[in-house]
Amino acid sequence: MTHSHDDPCAHCEEMMQPYLDHILSVEEMREAEQHLDECDWCRRRYRFEESLRVYVRQVVSEPMPVALKQKLSALRIPLN
Amino acid sequence: MAEAPPDATRIAAEARDRVRFEEEALALSDQVFRVARHLAGSREDAEELVQETYARAFRSWRSFQPGTNLRAWLLRILTNLNIDRGRRSQRAPQVQALEANDYYLYDKLAASDGAPTDEDRIVERLSQDDIVSALSAVPHDFRDAIVLVDIGDFSYQDAAQILDIPIGTVMSRLHRGRRILKRELADSIVEEGS
Repeated sequence: MTHSHDDPCAHCEEMMQPYLDHILSVEEMREAEQHLDECDWCRRRYRFEESLRVYVRQVVSEPMPVALKQKLSALRIPLN
Repeated sequence: MAEAPPDATRIAAEARDRVRFEEEALALSDQVFRVARHLAGSREDAEELVQETYARAFRSWRSFQPGTNLRAWLLRILTNLNIDRGRRSQRAPQVQALEANDYYLYDKLAASDGAPTDEDRIVERLSQDDIVSALSAVPHDFRDAIVLVDIGDFSYQDAAQILDIPIGTVMSRLHRGRRILKRELADSIVEEGS
């Protein structure tokens, strides 16, 4: 699915995840950055994706229950 | 100087290695739990899974190669136990998960508020409950990739080893999984707004 010739924003959307994952080639990276420099619409959406990733990681992280930690220590094999 | 019998030396060295292994493994337990919590279906399942993982790890500590990634090794055990116990398949078989374009969620969120939007604050419209339940609605193959890479901070390579799948599959599941997650989140906004 390539829209690169008729719709640069659709193409930019396809590059967003690989761009943020740093797995684009140097050329593709340059292409994405060039479009982002010119396109506020896509730039907002990239920024949102970055914030979303950080936010998801923060809100889903639950502290480990203290009781579980104690149970794990109790599983250690005693020295003879 | 009297030398200790070779056996005693060996046993002492082994005991020292084992204690060190156990301590290093326990020091990682917070991180292991954080990932397990979302690989398993519930907090209770996650707690059991982590205990079983550590029990097995302590028994088979000799098969860990020092110098390799202990956190990934523990997660590999945990993932296998999770599959063996059938905990991942408790949910009804999935109909094809709905996947949206990458911009879909942003467009939904931005449209739900007429005021100019600040991209860094707009995520705060999603509640913790929205995100936790959207994540649990992502089919497990995709969710595993998201949980390991985006939440557990594992490299693609480590995630591929933990899940025993090719690295390219990790990447495609991750990319599709994030789209499915965003679709689930967008749907939760529509439900709340209606």
